[in-house]
Amino acid sequence: MAEFDVGKHGVGPISILNVKGYLDAHTAPELENAFNSLINDKQYKVVVNFRDLKYISSAGLGVFMAYVETMRENNGDIKFCGLKDDVFNIFDLLGFPLLYEFYKEEKEAIDKFNQG
Amino acid sequence: MTKTEKNIRKRLTVKSSTKNLAKIRTFVKKLSTEVGFDDETANKIVLATDEACTNIIKHAYKYSQTGIINVNISLLSDKFRIAITDEGSHFNSNAVPEPDLKKYYEEKRVGGLGMFLMKKLMDEVIYSQPTSKKNKVTLIKYLK
Repeated sequence: MAEFDVGKHGVGPISILNVKGYLDAHTAPELENAFNSLINDKQYKVVVNFRDLKYISSAGLGVFMAYVETMRENNGDIKFCGLKDDVFNIFDLLGFPLLYEFYKEEKEAIDKFNQG
Repeated sequence: MTKTEKNIRKRLTVKSSTKNLAKIRTFVKKLSTEVGFDDETANKIVLATDEACTNIIKHAYKYSQTGIINVNISLLSDKFRIAITDEGSHFNSNAVPEPDLKKYYEEKRVGGLGMFLMKKLMDEVIYSQPTSKKNKVTLIKYLK
């Protein structure tokens, strides 16, 4: 059984990362790899869909903090969608909503990118 | 039997590898649910323990997988206590400032979040050094 998995697909110029399972210090390097490969491909507009994420620790949150600036410097961003309440609460405790955009639906996050 | 009469004492010993975090989480989730915490609170205790053990692996053992982590769980007088010990380098909790996310973002710093979360999620977080070679962090949640 895979503890964590990250799937990637594109919607026009936007990359969607579907994170699944348990994101902790053991699995965070897999998410880093996904971001590194997006940067290699010059894909800076990223929507992370948390619909299937069951667990996140600060090691996982740190990955988003480490990559968001690169995305923003290149006219992109990391936007979040589909978070379950308990996962969102962890982001909220650390003040993420001040610096990141959160959406219920993936489509809303995509539309926001498309609006410019 | 009331909750307070159900005193427990359990221990899990694992090597200092991040792959053991899942095992530690399962252990803590099972016991915190057994003593009567609701799912939401049990998940908070699980996350706080994960953060404590991640810090030990990262800072005390610097990612060496040969160290030992002991997780001792006890329930006494409505205090659910998770005492985690290691034999790695000493960690000065006072040297870690509370994180300012905006500053972190500007300076690309990602450390210190775990300790902040532990304090937010638990009722008490106590760092101690029981012997010159041992470090201990004790996480306490009151069973209301």
